[in-house]
Amino acid sequence: MAKQRGIEILVGLFMAVGFVAMFFLAMQVSNLSAAVNGEGYRLTARFSNVGSLKARSPVSMAGVRVGRVEDVSFDKDTYEAVVTMRIDTATDTIPDDTFANIFTAGLLGEQYIALEPGGSMDYLRDGDEIAHTQSALILEQMIGQFLFSKAGGD
Amino acid sequence: MLLDGLARLGRSGLGTLERLGRAHLLLAGMVLGVGEVLRRPGLLVAQLFNIGVLSMLIIGVSGLFVGMVLGLQGYYVLAQFGAAESLGVMVASSLVRELGPVVTALLVAGRAGSALTAEIGLMKATEQLSGLEMMAVDPVRRILTPRFFGGVLAMPLLAAMFSAVGVLGGYFVGVGLLGVDSGSFWSQMQSKVDFQEDIVNGVIKSVVFGVVVTWIALFQGHDSVPTSEGVSRATTRSVVHAALAVLGLDFVLTALMFGE
Repeated sequence: MAKQRGIEILVGLFMAVGFVAMFFLAMQVSNLSAAVNGEGYRLTARFSNVGSLKARSPVSMAGVRVGRVEDVSFDKDTYEAVVTMRIDTATDTIPDDTFANIFTAGLLGEQYIALEPGGSMDYLRDGDEIAHTQSALILEQMIGQFLFSKAGGD
Repeated sequence: MLLDGLARLGRSGLGTLERLGRAHLLLAGMVLGVGEVLRRPGLLVAQLFNIGVLSMLIIGVSGLFVGMVLGLQGYYVLAQFGAAESLGVMVASSLVRELGPVVTALLVAGRAGSALTAEIGLMKATEQLSGLEMMAVDPVRRILTPRFFGGVLAMPLLAAMFSAVGVLGGYFVGVGLLGVDSGSFWSQMQSKVDFQEDIVNGVIKSVVFGVVVTWIALFQGHDSVPTSEGVSRATTRSVVHAALAVLGLDFVLTALMFGE
């Protein structure tokens, strides 16, 4: 009887450790903890080209992450990309003349949205749209323009 | 002369088909016996102890060392490209996607699968299985089914432990010894390892491996020639077949899951 109980305790321990390991993988190793964090408010911005920006790309201000891209969709009437961002609730003082740029982390790294605050005293609220945007720099386009201006200069 | 050769080929082909058929009948019998396991959870607990608890030590130690080696080797390669911060991504995704489920399945096949085959084979050789049948107890339901479900349940838990310990091992080597930044180790890992894509698929893999490894082990024992030589051959075949099946299936599953 005592032996059976010892086995049951050890099996219980085994299953508990297994579930703790799965929980550790889910929360600490994967992005589940970031995805669950659904707090914050939404802003949208329109870009003529978003490059390789994807859902869950970071949104940063002064280099600090203040939110994430929630969705990238295409507006078939204006032929623009509509980016929905979720900004952390703590960052609730983004001026309404803020400039949204799409930058690349490093030369070939992933793309992110950098917000440059303007000087306005009115702040953006949930559902507002950022009016001033600058699209992603496409490397091929830049090289093409560079070659074109070189050829034109001669 | 020619006909003799043909007959031998035909006989071996028919024999293989017959074994395959018996293996699937056994699998069907064990899966249908799930009610027996629910009625007598004590039998399942005993098998979880044999397969799961007793494998924890080897799984933990191997996971730690595999993670540490991954951290060490990954660092030397990644540092050449100035991307040592991605070490966490490399360690975690290779463990969660591939090494965790596969190495765990190979270790369980060697540690627990061989024991299952030998146990069932000896039960058959000493006519304990026939004895149960004489008492109108179905040996497949009573003896094989709890072992089967014990293996299927234990495998994903063991694989999760392997991956978790391995990530910690990679962390100790990468951050502790080689000086990778701790914050970027975790944050890069979290931003690149996807829950659905990586973790859930890894768990699905290890469940499949659990089914395959225990099924092969139990079938080899149940189908062994009831002599000491027969049991020893069955044990060898169990480990070899399980290892080959795991490696082959891993390729198929990886192609299906991550191949787009």
